[in-house]
Amino acid sequence: MKNSNFMEVTFKALSVNEGFARVCVASFCVQLNPSVDEITDIKTAVSEAVTNCVVHAYPTQIKGDVTMRCEFEDDTITIVISDRGVGIKDIEKAREPFYTSKPSQERSGMGFTVMESFMDTVDVVSNSFGTQVKMTKKIAESKCEVVS
Amino acid sequence: MQIKSRVHDNTLFVLLCGELDEHTANYTKITLDDLFSNANIDKVVIDLSELEFMDSTGIGVLIGRYKKMKTKNIPIFICNPSSHVEKIFKMTGLYDLMPKIV
Repeated sequence: MKNSNFMEVTFKALSVNEGFARVCVASFCVQLNPSVDEITDIKTAVSEAVTNCVVHAYPTQIKGDVTMRCEFEDDTITIVISDRGVGIKDIEKAREPFYTSKPSQERSGMGFTVMESFMDTVDVVSNSFGTQVKMTKKIAESKCEVVS
Repeated sequence: MQIKSRVHDNTLFVLLCGELDEHTANYTKITLDDLFSNANIDKVVIDLSELEFMDSTGIGVLIGRYKKMKTKNIPIFICNPSSHVEKIFKMTGLYDLMPKIV
């Protein structure tokens, strides 16, 4: 029987919630017994994805929501961060290192590059109704035992 | 984010404490620019020993400060980054702009 679990939280696309998202995902992932490096990698990737929602998804003053779903099956964690914002016009361009659509705001344009470096896979789906970033990472020495 | 500073022999030492992300980026930019406007410095050392977290937003903040100080010919150096922060610095090539010192 496979060990599995999931959680999902939805919060407003505000920068103050980035820290909340990081703590939340870290608390959930502890069940898999990750190393400090692995948990820091996951927190950083989540922070990048949530920052994209906060900065780019809702360009008007009215901020929408961000949903973070985390699930694991055996030793692999899957995290999906989604918004219902304006979407990314050119995903390929957005994933290029140092590309930013807001150069006047001193942005590094390294968000997707960091996600790709710290996680095993990163998939992005986007249209005019929103964006979904799905990331996976295998925990090297997972020792999870879920009691149902 | 809490930022502490002191000047010694015309060198500005800055200690970043806490988390540097989108939420704290603006405060960090404003505070560093204010500290960097001190006319009596010829070098800046940013100590990251108390920085608990940073993502790529922090890289944007630091590159922005580098560009401003470059116009004054004042170099910025980094010291005591965590292994996590160092990973991001190496990935983005930040050490080419702000060398690491021990």
